Amino acid sequence: MQIEQIEILNFLKRYSPFKELPDDLLHQTAMQVDIGYFKAGTPILRFGESLQALHLVRSGAVETYRRNGVLYNRLSEGGIFAEQGLLRDKTVIFPATAIEDSLIYFIPAACFELLYQSDEVFADYVEIGDTQRKKSGVLADKSSNDLMSSEVRQLIGRAVVTLAADATVQQAAQLMQQESVSSLLIVADQSKDAALVGIVTDRDLRNRLIAAGLDYQQKVSVVMTTELVCIEQHQFVFEAMLVMLRHNVHHLPVLEEGKVLGIISIADVIRYESQNSLYIVSSIFRQQTVAELQSLSTELASCFVRMVNEDANSRMIGAAMAVTGRSFKQRLLELAEQQLGPPPVPYCFLALGSMARDEQLIVTDQDNALVLHNDYDPVLHQDYFAALAQFVCDGLALCGYSYCSGDIMATNSQWRQPLRVWQQYFTDWIEKPDAQRLLNSGIFFDLEGVWGQLQWADQLNQQIRRQVKANADFLACMARNAISRTPPLGFFKDFVLENDGQQNNSLDIKRRGTAPLADLVRVHALSIGCAATNTYERLLAVKAAGILPKGRADDLIDALEVIAMVRIRQQAKSLQAGRAADNKVKPEELSAFERKTLKEAFQILSFAQKFLKFRYPGGRQ
Amino acid sequence: MFYLKKQELKTDPLQLLSKNWQNTMQQLELSAKDPRLKAFYQAGAVAAHTALQEVSFVALDFETTGLDPVRDGIVSIGLVPLTLNRIHSSKAQSYLVKPRVQLNESSVIVHGITDSAIAQAADLELYIEPLLQALAGKVVLVHHLPIERAFLYHGSMSRLGEGVVFPMIDTLALERSFTQSGLQGWWRRMTAQAKPSLRLADCRQRYQLPAYQPHHAVTDAIACAELFQAQVAQHFSVSTPVGKLWS
Repeated sequence: MQIEQIEILNFLKRYSPFKELPDDLLHQTAMQVDIGYFKAGTPILRFGESLQALHLVRSGAVETYRRNGVLYNRLSEGGIFAEQGLLRDKTVIFPATAIEDSLIYFIPAACFELLYQSDEVFADYVEIGDTQRKKSGVLADKSSNDLMSSEVRQLIGRAVVTLAADATVQQAAQLMQQESVSSLLIVADQSKDAALVGIVTDRDLRNRLIAAGLDYQQKVSVVMTTELVCIEQHQFVFEAMLVMLRHNVHHLPVLEEGKVLGIISIADVIRYESQNSLYIVSSIFRQQTVAELQSLSTELASCFVRMVNEDANSRMIGAAMAVTGRSFKQRLLELAEQQLGPPPVPYCFLALGSMARDEQLIVTDQDNALVLHNDYDPVLHQDYFAALAQFVCDGLALCGYSYCSGDIMATNSQWRQPLRVWQQYFTDWIEKPDAQRLLNSGIFFDLEGVWGQLQWADQLNQQIRRQVKANADFLACMARNAISRTPPLGFFKDFVLENDGQQNNSLDIKRRGTAPLADLVRVHALSIGCAATNTYERLLAVKAAGILPKGRADDLIDALEVIAMVRIRQQAKSLQAGRAADNKVKPEELSAFERKTLKEAFQILSFAQKFLKFRYPGGRQ
Repeated sequence: MFYLKKQELKTDPLQLLSKNWQNTMQQLELSAKDPRLKAFYQAGAVAAHTALQEVSFVALDFETTGLDPVRDGIVSIGLVPLTLNRIHSSKAQSYLVKPRVQLNESSVIVHGITDSAIAQAADLELYIEPLLQALAGKVVLVHHLPIERAFLYHGSMSRLGEGVVFPMIDTLALERSFTQSGLQGWWRRMTAQAKPSLRLADCRQRYQLPAYQPHHAVTDAIACAELFQAQVAQHFSVSTPVGKLWS
């Protein structure tokens, strides 16, 4: 005789992780469910009790607590609880109380274990703290995209062709013809382990030999490029693209432990992935006016959406968007110099904040500044640089990078100063921090040179690393500042649940997620004098330095990815729906899975903030 | 589950009933002739002073061909065991029964059980024994007691030659007492408000219980069990004696 638990079955079919189960497992589960009614205010689970079942809220609402009585979670229809206890020793870890009259479905422990053992999706869903699950949550339905997931070594077609530096240019050209290659590696001499000294490409022969009218019998060392830009064999193809675009080279030697494995050319990459999301960058440099650049910004939006749909991770997207933003600035500065004439003194244009960290998304303020030569004389040069800054900032605004609401732009004369003034700024901020200076530090201490005298940006970065590392008081102030913005507790029904039980309709995922996380990681990174600006790279350095408890750095890396990807996907969804993208996340637009992974990421962040307070105590008030 | 006015019920099988079910069941055991009934009564009933939290219940629901317990028949039976803590829906049982009368169109519309569905089903006679075994020693919960009690009494009478009765709690009658007595009932009468609906779905709504598809025997039995747990949580306590509720 067939028992049809129709209502139970239908209910399970509506909620994760049950709705993802195959029919037979789902049916078996429905048959094993028992039910209980709990009046509002009645305890459902008490700490330390033995657990016999996974609990599922059929109707009503339930709160779970930590042992110290602090709210852990609030669940509504479809929410599960007690899974952590079942996964450990089958005793209650988080006590639960009905806060509305509630009907609870009990899924017996044996049934839970069967589902957990036999169904990967189910196991992923219920397993708290497992790093793999958070990643698979972010990259659910991953469909592989070659450009994004292939390593550069896959592009190496043949062994490298080398030539000794004392050969002639003609010999080089003959060798290239004979081997059908467009580049040669130049080595010091004929010996087997000769040192690599340069590279010669088709383009070098054209530009440095033929165009310059040199003799074919010149030594090849005269026309070769000596500053080699290389890439490691395990890096991704998209990273090779970025390196090529950034350094304006078409050939990259691929290294394995310092030895050249082969060379990849831009043609290899294009052949490999003709539909290239990042190709927009090169077209930026072909645009002749600001209006033409502006027309590219819609292509940028569709490029962003395409990358999201191709399941690129947040690092790829952040790096691609940052490279694009950088290219816009570079092209605008070229155009400005064309219009205004060459600069009266050298300068360096700085990108700040998310772009400097390679974490720029589609919705972003322009944070930038100008570092001028120490010979800068306001009387003589002020007009030129004010006009240059105006040109670039207006141009960026037209291209979709809105003006910075905090006026952190090169148009602000305070942020258009000679190098020595910048050095003094930074020293003052670090030696005598106050609220405003700490705020500034959070923005300016992630800086990157975009155009001009890039070595000045390096100098400033070195200064920051040196001075901050030695200053425990400043670190403590930064740490306090970094925990001023906290993540929410999680979600309840269609609300954002705050730690004090308040409910909000939406969440600013930048303010409450990515920004505090970047702030937090910056403090750790500066404390170890880490040179990286990217939050992920900083986390790797922090992990290697061993200043966090074991496993915490990895947790933070996962949390970063989860939060960043939710933000990115929300923006892509808005763009696809024809709306302007922003940082607001509405709980009703998140899947149950996203809510759960996001909530766990928030918990990791929250814990890391507590640790930060503990790690950098004291400091001036 | 049908809801009918009192005058529509053709037979009243309640002559033997009292509040002291323990006694009644002992008497019935002595007078019963059929061994299946004898075994059933032997399991007996708990004492009337037993606290609700000590009692084992079974929620029961029938779908029938009509409202007349003598002429109409049972087409499906759903039951689910429970205690105050837990509804054992995993141990729910259901039987499709082939009635001795034709299915009529109006009842088919209600419960959706058609001739082809019951073509393979057996007569109630075959199910009486497992049914009695499932109910033995338990207090039975129903929503609108007269129907289940009358249909089972007559079903047993026509198959075994003897009727059967046992202690039951009527969630509809409980709900009526909550809504029509006391201050709330007085206020309703004074303000001449319409009597609140006592249909299962409407009763459940008062306790924020979810809406279910009605007229599926197991679902209705579960729905009745959930309603009972909610009623006890709101209006009684775990130590309320069962004798206060049964009839």
